[in-house]
Amino acid sequence: MARVFAFHGGIHPPENKTQSSKRAISLAPIPSVLHIPLQQHIGASAKPCVNVGDKVLKGQRIADAQGKMSVPVHASSSGVVSAIANHVVPHPSGMQNLCISITTDGKDQWIEHQGLADYKALSANKLVDYIRDRGIAGMGGAGFPTALKLCLGDDHIVNTLIINAAECEPYITSDDLLIRERATQIIAGIDVLQHLIKPSHIIIGIEDNKPQACKALEDAIKGCKYAIDVVSVPTKYPSGGEKQLIKLLTNVEVPHGGIPADVGIVCQNIGTVYAINRAVYFGESLISRIVTVTGRAIAKPQNFEALIGTPFDTLLEAAGQKEHVTKRLIVGGPMMGYSIDTSAVPVIKTTNCIIAASAEEFPEAEPAQACIRCGLCEQVCPAQLLPQQLHWFAKSQEYDKAQQHNLFDCIECGACSYVCPSNIPLVQYYRHAKTSIREEAEDKRKSDIARERFEAKQMREQRAIDEKAAKRKERAEQAAKAQAEKKAAAEKQAKEPATTESDSGSGDLKQLKIAAARANTKLKKAQQALKSALEKSLPGTDILENTIIELQVQAEQAQAALDLATNGSSESKTKTATPLKTKTAVTNADTSKLATVDLKSLKTTAAIARTKLKKTQAQLDVLISEGEQQSDEAQQLAQLIISLNERVQATQASYLQAKECAPVIDESEQLQANYDKALALYTKANTALQKAEEQNSPAVEKMRLSIDKLNTRLSNAEAALKSAANPASDNSANNTTPNTQE
Amino acid sequence: MSDFLLILVSTVLVNNFVLVQFLGLCPFMGVSNKLETAMGMSLATTFVLTISSVCSYLVHEYLLTPFSLGYMKTISFILVIAVVVQFTEMVVRKTSPMLHKVLGIFLPLITTNCAVLGVALLNIKKMNGFMESIVFGFGAAVGFSMALILFSAIRERVAVADVPAPFKGAAIGMVTAGLMSLAFLGFTGLVQI
Amino acid sequence: MNTIIIAVVVLLCLAVVFGLILGFSSIKFHVAGNPIVDQIDELLPQTQCGQCGHPGCRPYAESIANGEAINKCPPGGQTTIEALANLLDVEVLELDGEHDDNPIKTVAYIREDECIGCTKCIQACPVDAILGAAKQMHTVIKDECTGCDLCLEPCPVDCIDMIPVSQTINTWKWQSPQSHEQYATQLIVTDKRAQAEVNS
Repeated sequence: MARVFAFHGGIHPPENKTQSSKRAISLAPIPSVLHIPLQQHIGASAKPCVNVGDKVLKGQRIADAQGKMSVPVHASSSGVVSAIANHVVPHPSGMQNLCISITTDGKDQWIEHQGLADYKALSANKLVDYIRDRGIAGMGGAGFPTALKLCLGDDHIVNTLIINAAECEPYITSDDLLIRERATQIIAGIDVLQHLIKPSHIIIGIEDNKPQACKALEDAIKGCKYAIDVVSVPTKYPSGGEKQLIKLLTNVEVPHGGIPADVGIVCQNIGTVYAINRAVYFGESLISRIVTVTGRAIAKPQNFEALIGTPFDTLLEAAGQKEHVTKRLIVGGPMMGYSIDTSAVPVIKTTNCIIAASAEEFPEAEPAQACIRCGLCEQVCPAQLLPQQLHWFAKSQEYDKAQQHNLFDCIECGACSYVCPSNIPLVQYYRHAKTSIREEAEDKRKSDIARERFEAKQMREQRAIDEKAAKRKERAEQAAKAQAEKKAAAEKQAKEPATTESDSGSGDLKQLKIAAARANTKLKKAQQALKSALEKSLPGTDILENTIIELQVQAEQAQAALDLATNGSSESKTKTATPLKTKTAVTNADTSKLATVDLKSLKTTAAIARTKLKKTQAQLDVLISEGEQQSDEAQQLAQLIISLNERVQATQASYLQAKECAPVIDESEQLQANYDKALALYTKANTALQKAEEQNSPAVEKMRLSIDKLNTRLSNAEAALKSAANPASDNSANNTTPNTQE
Repeated sequence: MSDFLLILVSTVLVNNFVLVQFLGLCPFMGVSNKLETAMGMSLATTFVLTISSVCSYLVHEYLLTPFSLGYMKTISFILVIAVVVQFTEMVVRKTSPMLHKVLGIFLPLITTNCAVLGVALLNIKKMNGFMESIVFGFGAAVGFSMALILFSAIRERVAVADVPAPFKGAAIGMVTAGLMSLAFLGFTGLVQI
Repeated sequence: MNTIIIAVVVLLCLAVVFGLILGFSSIKFHVAGNPIVDQIDELLPQTQCGQCGHPGCRPYAESIANGEAINKCPPGGQTTIEALANLLDVEVLELDGEHDDNPIKTVAYIREDECIGCTKCIQACPVDAILGAAKQMHTVIKDECTGCDLCLEPCPVDCIDMIPVSQTINTWKWQSPQSHEQYATQLIVTDKRAQAEVNS
């Protein structure tokens, strides 16, 4: 079973592991302040569940997982939460992120905890939840929430469990030491995984440069109830890469864009397995890990069991850092790690190594030369990509083509950069390209959302406009209908009495009726206005009351005129009656504003009569010019013309007469309008002033002045109106008498 | 049959219209910046070349010769080519608007592509028959397409490479075209025709 | 004379036949819409800011398809111009007018204690990213704001600021090793060495 396959490419950088593997794991000192970042894993960051000033115990949960792709965070030691604020975290950007700072009390007092007595009694889901609640995330480097890897859907049937103990990167020995010293506990952890996943096959992959660890594991698996293969793979970087190790051990390639579970494999880091063991058997959350502290600037390179959140200072000090020698601080290994600027950075769940390097150890990168297309990078690429092509595309920002060349399958192992004879920082190019592509995709997503929202808004606005238009149309239609109905009704009514009388009589009747109706509506409106005015206790109610009384009179008079006209029309016979009737109507109504309406109607009647006259005259002219000596017709027409002429004159006369008595009313009307306008202005100005006062606007003074002006204008208008109202009514009364007598 | 094969090999490789006879250099330099564009252009040119060589043969055989209007062949061929190009443009606009936009002015410019008129005139000069005209036109088109696609693929790679500043752009394109031409000279002597 | 007539007639016949063919195919292959507009619209940043002089991104896309210059989109910046140039196979132009090469992304922020609740900015926002009601304080939905600054103008009390979007650890981006300084030093390295030798 222990057959080892091979993966494409790979390199053999100097290992530099022996420096730190000589010493046993020692407990790191508890620092005075722990800075525990809320995001130590891939996915959503955890949400703090403690407040500043709270006392926390070791192992107490201080932040909850947010969503599925997240894990909680626990206090690494007992103490007081001194801050929940931004603090530098281990990240290539050197930026800050939210951390919970705990000032330790030195007692290192555990919260009450105990392991699961019989984890096999729990259901798989509960056990996975338990593991998630202990804050366990992948400790190999990526920090993938372990629970997600264990809780696979039904579509993944896992037959192989691979424990990754390859630890291929130079300098790092944390897994090596962990296995040497705690192999039995690791196997106990594998028990739990075996119970959860139930694979048919368990393989521990370990590089052949760790013979002691290999021996320890082989000893530990003796007497195990199920088969565990400890496979020693040839030392080659990056055999510890998940996909590379899978290829090495099973000769199966994980498909592009897929996860190992797609090919029935689950891969767990050995550190994670140990953490699962601590969690399940002891109930301890993930609050510490093994960290290698090494490099030429370290006097005693060794591995520490460090609490999560311990600043690097503490570890470096404990290992005897020679500060003057230290040129660079590197988190992770020399291949995939990154430099940090400050040693205040805390240890997190994925921190496996800190290298304090001297200048000779990690010299400044030589300036990049032009690519000579030697193709060495292609030969070492473990993902079987074309690094050179990717480099060209990344450099010229042709990201589409880079993606076509499977840029995202790059594991950023740095093998290509390592072998590049021109010292081209290839991995940096890929990282830049990757982040740029992600950023572009994010921008694209955002702009799509923006477009959607914009279009939705446009549609909404369009709909509102359409609805308004539709409503307006509907209203217009209804109004037209109502008018038509009214017309029809009026015609009907007019026709009934008009059986004996002439056409023009019915027309006048109609007008009178309309006048009466209008007077009524006006009255109603005025009443309403009075009511609202009374409610608001506005000035000028008395005037309104007067107007209403007047209007009432008008309405009554109009009604009377109508009645009179109806009676009169039945009596009168000829067309000449029309102007007379109109006159009566006018005389009846002229005290009111209705006069204007009647005036208008009179005017139109006169105009109609005039046009009729003209037309008939034209007809006559035509007949005469045609020379048709049909004298009868001509005579008839001539008669018609004469009668029409009479009618026109009569109408004109009645119009003039009516007009004479109209101006008085016009004047008072104008006054009233003036007054109304002034009132409206005044109220407007007042509201504006109020608003201005609310906002403390500087224009208040000006506004006040203008309001005063308006006020005077208003009172003037009022006085004028009052003075006009009395004589006007007298006048109209005077006018009325003779007319009615006529 | 072997005649047709010979004509094909001769036009595609030995007497490649672009790289050996230096006809149709305008689209060769103009539309070779992007591989996709070059492919579209090759397709369009292939279509135009084949159809126009057939049409011009027919026009010459059944219209110009009977009326002994041989001296009008240039103007009538141009007419034929212009019509075929217009037709192609309409088809392309309908089927692939993007290609239409990308080809832009080069699509109507196929009309003035000397390779197209060259093929029509060479057909007459060589006294090719109907089938021979088709094969000749098609072969010329394939040769043109091959040269164009190869060239644009090279240019795409050259575009992202470290080219010394004075050689950037068209200059390195010319150098590349010259080298390709030299390479195609190697086919001389492959077929005697 | 006869030959001339024959030649003219033959040519005319030819032209008529071809004319008919083209006329027929122009009807048959008639294209109604302009599908390029969609593709151009895809590339525009959809801030709907109107800085190009069009009411929104799609109208600008339409006018680009009709031949307008591609360099009028300040929010998109040079990258959008390049993408458009690539799509349409035209020359890359400099951004029109006085704009930064790299526009800083901003979002609108309403100083809420100064807001009087006039809803004017809500009406101005092209993407409905402002929440609020009449006489109520308004606020910007940060994630939906495109930073178009169309809300600044209508605000009667000038309580809206455009705040640059700060980079967080999650939006942090690896820098290209091709940054200008490094590129310069790369080129100058050899010269410098030569100079140093001469000086010494």
